Amino acid sequence: SFSREAQLFVEKFEGALGKGKGKKFYAYKVMMTKKWMKFQRDFENFKTACIPWEMKIKEIESHFGSSVASYFIFLRWMYGINMILFGLTFGLVMVPEALMGKPYGSLPRKTVPRAEEASAMNFATLWDFSGFAQYSVLFYGYYNNQRTIGWLKFRMPLSYFLVGVGTIGYSFMIVIRTMARNANEEGGGDDTSFNFSWKMFTSWDYLIGNPETADNKFASITTSFKEAIVEEQESRKEENIHLTRFLRVLANFLALCTLAGSGYLIFFVVRRSQKFALEGLENYGWWERNEVPLRWQLGRIFALFLGNLYTFIIALMDEINLKASYLLPFMIFSMHLEEEKIVKYNMTIWEASLYNGTIPENSTAPPIQVDPADVPRGPCWETMVGQEFVRLTVSDTMTTYITILIGDFLRAVFVRFFNYCWCWDLEYGFPSYSEFDISGNVLGLIFNQGMIWMGSFYAPCLPAINVFRLHTSMYLQCWAVMCCNVPQERVFKASRSNNFYMAMLLFILFLSTLPAVYTIVSIPPSFDCGPFSGKTRMFEVISETLEHDFPSWFGKVFGYASNPGLILPFILLMV
Amino acid sequence: VYRLHGRYHEMAPNVVPMDYTKDPDVKLPMQLIINMPELKENPFRERIVESFSEDGEGSLSFNDFVDMFSVLSEMAPRELKAIYAFKIYDFNTDNFICKSDLEKTLNKLTREELTAEEITLVCEKVIEEADMDGDGKLGFADFENMISKAPDFLRYCFKKK
Repeated sequence: SFSREAQLFVEKFEGALGKGKGKKFYAYKVMMTKKWMKFQRDFENFKTACIPWEMKIKEIESHFGSSVASYFIFLRWMYGINMILFGLTFGLVMVPEALMGKPYGSLPRKTVPRAEEASAMNFATLWDFSGFAQYSVLFYGYYNNQRTIGWLKFRMPLSYFLVGVGTIGYSFMIVIRTMARNANEEGGGDDTSFNFSWKMFTSWDYLIGNPETADNKFASITTSFKEAIVEEQESRKEENIHLTRFLRVLANFLALCTLAGSGYLIFFVVRRSQKFALEGLENYGWWERNEVPLRWQLGRIFALFLGNLYTFIIALMDEINLKASYLLPFMIFSMHLEEEKIVKYNMTIWEASLYNGTIPENSTAPPIQVDPADVPRGPCWETMVGQEFVRLTVSDTMTTYITILIGDFLRAVFVRFFNYCWCWDLEYGFPSYSEFDISGNVLGLIFNQGMIWMGSFYAPCLPAINVFRLHTSMYLQCWAVMCCNVPQERVFKASRSNNFYMAMLLFILFLSTLPAVYTIVSIPPSFDCGPFSGKTRMFEVISETLEHDFPSWFGKVFGYASNPGLILPFILLMV
Repeated sequence: VYRLHGRYHEMAPNVVPMDYTKDPDVKLPMQLIINMPELKENPFRERIVESFSEDGEGSLSFNDFVDMFSVLSEMAPRELKAIYAFKIYDFNTDNFICKSDLEKTLNKLTREELTAEEITLVCEKVIEEADMDGDGKLGFADFENMISKAPDFLRYCFKKK
């Protein structure tokens, strides 16, 4: 038998090695090799356990298949991106301003106006991100346009600008890089001969000794077989090409119709609100009064718009969210121009009234101490836009969570406990347990990220809010999937749809960064708030930095290098 | 080897002697072996024990016991592992893995969660993929050819802590 052969072999070997010292050294070498292999295996296990949520995702994969698991892997990847965005905005924008900028109450833009002071601390106001939340580092309007702040001479406006541009650049880079990596992997993974044979003979892990792990392993093997079977069946089916083509065209056409319809609805609402704005202005012919009535009118318009907006959101959630948030900056900005003119006029009148006519116009006078809360404010459209985005994100999050709790959890509880006293079998008929809606969830995630990208320039707090949202979402959805959902009837493999979702993400990224880029390049910043106030264009902060902080020759070189002819090819090369 | 002897002895202290120099003829029944923690969760544990047993019924003498754990360890060469893997999956011990063997393997792997239709499909696909000589079942040459190309075989199969 084998062991007798082995014994002879060992004896021969021993003889060859000689006695004593040789034998010990060999035994030592064998022991070290064994220890090294064990260490390598343990380290691999440790590395896998360190990846956040890896165990959870593996468990979900074994019960629900690779496509459901791929949603969670996508969620985790998004979480990583948002962490980096959060790090940038928090570390380079919010913290320096909080630590080294002028404190709350020192400047008009940093103080709650007198009129709003009474309600500034209410929970309702804070939940709506007005009051104290609005006049803080969370939003664009709080930041001062001082070129350097603190003893470190931290260049705040420059930092704000670079962080804004940097987040856009980083997001592009990482999405494109992941797409390229996916494309590479897919090319190699298609060559699977012996697919079924390997699944049958090599999938069991002989090291498993724990019954729970064994359960998971059985489930994952079964799911893996089911996926392969479905793939095989699909490839065997004879396809009616014409029918599928017709169905595809029909689906696209219907989708376009809904998009056009919702676009028209939004356009209609905007027109209606603009009409209200014009009516409102006509009713107040005297600008010398304080701007509170004007503000009230604008508030009414916003309320109307928001009311409509929220109705639309519930009706056609994903698409409307994105399009509405896309139109928002432009809508708010058009009203802003009107308001700015009014306020500037107002302020000259107000300053004159302060001096009460005691000092003739053209002489200089000692500045009168006025409490910052009493100074009339210029409109700050960037903060308003930021607030809208934050509100949209929060409401979207709430809607998702409540949908999960009601749609999945309550439904499961109802089916489970009322099954005994109901006429028909609840579990097999209506409503039964819900399946996990992969595409809906992924699209929701993509559109949510689009909103974050669009809004983070105006509200540095958005990435932080999103990190919190994704973190809780991961736990909530993992729990909901394992507890309330059933696996789909047919389990599909995740590979081909991955790059489709990536392409969609890239498209949304491009769309969402357009408004921010447009703002930076062509719209003048508000004169009374934010780090760029007083400049004609936001990107002037760069030329200003070059003038003051770099030696003159550098400025000339940069002037030549910033020729668009050079920059465009450079960017294209990078991509 | 001393550790293995310790484990072997542990399982039935009354039967197994401490002293093996006289080469006694002692065998342990299958029931004891398949309850060992290393094998307890394994769906193929009965087959593993049977294929190492000299009398073919599943009782292991100490030599067989040592053989089993040495093949399962990481130090064993790949060809040896392939030979014993083939023996394990060959349920009716006819030196071929035929369709009924495949069906039994699949049922053990998935704990009978697949429908009959799915099982037939999988077994057909396996024979289609791996059967090189066209006799409708897998001989050892077919099996070895298929296993040698598998990337995971060495990593997940037949390792012992």
